Parts: sequence; C-alpha cells; structure tokens
Amino acid sequence: MTQVLEIDRLTKGFSLHHLEKDIAAFEDISFSVAAGEFVLLKGANGAGKSTLLRTLYRSYLPLSGEIRFHSSHGMIDLARAADVDVAHLRRTEIGFVTQFLTARPRVSAEAIVAEPLRLAGWEHEAALKTARKALETFGVKPDLWAAYPTTFSGGEQQKVNLARALILPQKLLMLDEPTASLDANARRALVARLQELKDQGTAMIGVFHHPDDVIHLIDRVVDLTPDAAPQEDRDDVAL
Amino acid sequence: MTLTLDAPRIVETRPLLEVKAVSKSYGPVQAVRNVSAHAYPGEVLGIVGESGSGKSTLLRMMNLEEIPETGSYTLDLPDVSGNLFELDRFARRMLCATKIGIVYQNPHLGLLMKHSSSGNVAERLLVAGERSFATLRQAATEALDASEFPLDRLDAPPIELSGGMQQRVQLAKAIALEPALLLLDEPTTGLDVSVQALVLDTLKRLQQDRQITMVIVSHDLGVIRTLADRVMVMRRGEVVETGLADQIFQDPQHPYTQQLVHAKL
Repeated sequence: MTQVLEIDRLTKGFSLHHLEKDIAAFEDISFSVAAGEFVLLKGANGAGKSTLLRTLYRSYLPLSGEIRFHSSHGMIDLARAADVDVAHLRRTEIGFVTQFLTARPRVSAEAIVAEPLRLAGWEHEAALKTARKALETFGVKPDLWAAYPTTFSGGEQQKVNLARALILPQKLLMLDEPTASLDANARRALVARLQELKDQGTAMIGVFHHPDDVIHLIDRVVDLTPDAAPQEDRDDVAL
Repeated sequence: MTLTLDAPRIVETRPLLEVKAVSKSYGPVQAVRNVSAHAYPGEVLGIVGESGSGKSTLLRMMNLEEIPETGSYTLDLPDVSGNLFELDRFARRMLCATKIGIVYQNPHLGLLMKHSSSGNVAERLLVAGERSFATLRQAATEALDASEFPLDRLDAPPIELSGGMQQRVQLAKAIALEPALLLLDEPTTGLDVSVQALVLDTLKRLQQDRQITMVIVSHDLGVIRTLADRVMVMRRGEVVETGLADQIFQDPQHPYTQQLVHAKL
C-alpha cells in the first residue's frame, strides 16, 4: 500500500497566556494512512478529534512530532513545512471538509463551487459546468445555482459547501462531521462521492458523530481516548 | 515553545516583495525596529497591530514614501533590481507609478478631490507617459469598471461621492496600470459596515481575477481574515508573530496575538 500520511508521536496543546495555563489536547499520536484508505477517529467529546484534524491541516501548530505527507513533490513534514508550502498543498493536494460554508456576499453558488477548479487553473466555462453537475448531485435545485448562498437555509448551504469541498480530487482529505444537518438524499450523495474519491485513491481521515452514515467506507478506527488500544479494525469496534 | 518552520521546499518561486531588516525612528521614537517581510506572487499579506505599531510606516516604506535608516527592499520583477531604497527621486516616482498601486484610508491622500473621477484615474496613466486622450479615457473607464464604480458618474469629482465610492476611485487609480503590487492602508476603515463588505468583496474579486500580490494593513481583524493568506502581527515597531491566516486566528502563539484575537467581538 502506498502511504500518504505518517503521523509520528504528534503532540498538541495550547498555552493560554492570560490564564498562565497550558492545556493538553493529545499526546504522542502515531498512525498512518494509505492511498484509498478511510480512517475514522474515535473518542469521547474533548478527546481531541477535531483538534487533530486541524493540526494535520496546520490551522493549529503542533508542539512536537512529525506529520510526514507524501506529496507529489516528495515527502514533506507538515509539522514544520513553510507557510507558503502548506498554502500550496491546500490548493492542490490536501482538502478539509467542515459542516460550515463560508459564503461571501455577491458570489453565486455555482461560482463558489467552481472556485477550487479556477484556482487549480481550469478554464471558466469548464469549471462552471463541473460545478453545476456537483450541485445537482448534492440535490441543490437549478433555480438556486446562480443565487447567492448567503440567503440559503443551513441545509442548502451545507450542500453547496460539500459540492465545493469535494469537487477537486485530493490526495488527502480531512472530514470534520460533514454529515451534520444533511437530509437523507444529500447524505447518500456525500457517501457516493466519498466512495468515488476513495476508489480514485484519496486517503481520508474523518470525525463523524454518527459513523453509521459512512460505515461502509471505514477501513480502520483510531481511538484518541488516552490509553486506548492504538488501532482497531472496524469489525472489532462497536460503532 | 513551538517548532521553527523549515524554508520553503515545494514553492520554488521567489517572493515578489522582500523587505529586510528595516528600522526607522522619528526623533526619540523608534517606529519600526528591524522588521523583515515578504510576499509571494499572488499572495495577500495582512499586517495587523494597534495604532502606533509601525504597520502603516512599514507600508509607506513599501510605497517608497518613507526611506528607513537601515534595511533593504527588493521587488522581483523584470527590469527592477537592487535595493529600491537607494533609487533617486525620479526613478522612485516612476517605479511607484508603474509597478505599485496604493489605496489610503483617507481618500484626500490619494485623490484630487475636485477633479473628475476619471481624470484622477487617468492622471496615473499620464505619469507613466500615455498621451492619447482616447486611450486615457478608455483605460480609466475600464479601471473604474473593474473597481465596480458606477460608470454614469465618471465625471463626478470625488468630493461629491460617498466614502465607499471614493475608495473605488482610489482603487481604480491604483490598478489602472496593472501593478504587480497593490498596497492597502486601512482601505475600509470609517466606512459603513455594509459598504465595507462591498469594498472587501471587490478587492477579493480583483485579487482572484488578476492574481495581484497585495499587502493590506488594518487594525480590523475581520478585514484581514477576509482577505489575507498570511498574517504578520506587529507591536511597538516589531513583528511578534507571522503565520497562515487561519492559524493566527485559531491558534495564536504570542501573548499579544492571543489578546488581540480574543478581544475581537
């Protein structure tokens, strides 16, 4: 199996200077993810699941440890990579899906979805066409494609958000509870798209409040509860 | 303490803008102390800090309006070389007119308030040597249009315009010559919140369509968060922290940055 990500003794904590306090998030986490593999993060609230995802994406700076990412430019340690390299990888190889859309005033749904393609150098019309198809897949009605999502309901915004976040196949994809607030059809569309990306070799690390939604995708479970058995196969785990 | 980051390994292009170890005092006050900054092509660098942090002085150095006592400034552009602080007055003025655009918080600094809006934009082109009236008018109109200025008001002088419209004229003037570098000094401070959102949106559009390298200075974290890829935090003339915008806002490291981020409503 081709490894995509090797996390090695990764530790994260926060220093809150005004309280003169250090708060530990997780300590000495090690596991790896191969191409096409789906890893579910498990653990009670506060075990550090979302914190780990954000640390891997470098929204949080780790305290110590390594995040070896096998990029198309060779191996790079995301824990120490230059900001400009991280920004580049986020545009091209590493995706992050949350449940929130950052809608911008006066930008249409189809333009928001097409944006990652435009940034990757796609031609305008081709990007729009693919964007509309993605919106259709997630069940956003054609009437809304040219409208501004700032006025959409939470559920519709979430569909736009997913269409955008998953439009460009990435080497590594982080999923932070993307199924929250989705209706059944959109959830099905999401699982289908994730399966498609997985088959194309995208490595995925996800946090799901209801893992049943994605049970067929899960290859491995990593438990972040301190002192838990480090890794388990999905068959051993009561989800 | 945190890890020190590596030098870039994937991105091989050189920074478009590089300021190294600049210092500047006004009498006994040290406004900027040994500050270095860089911005890659197409990148938006945000500089935050409170009044007196030295952020505007630094921006004026990048526009060659202030020359520091020490330090160097380079732009990686064809036919631009050496330390730009060492250029003579004339060369400095030419470089600013053709390669750098600037938008000030106060439109009076950037515009002739009683001349027509299109004339204000065309003046930029005149400085660069354009003489044909038709070309001037055409280029000015295009720049104003790109800044989303209403074209039925081309001849209105800025003094008759609202604050948001004055900023659009400044922006049009700044981008008329398609500069490689756009400097923004508190471009939306003092505007109504709704107008502010529209101006920010225009800036974001321009940035995406034209891939201009931008440096934006603001004490408003919302503005920086909307536009910047990377953020530099200044305090008392020094840089206390730099990082990716989301990292600075979600996981600030320095006590001052934490205080700044947590003070935001």
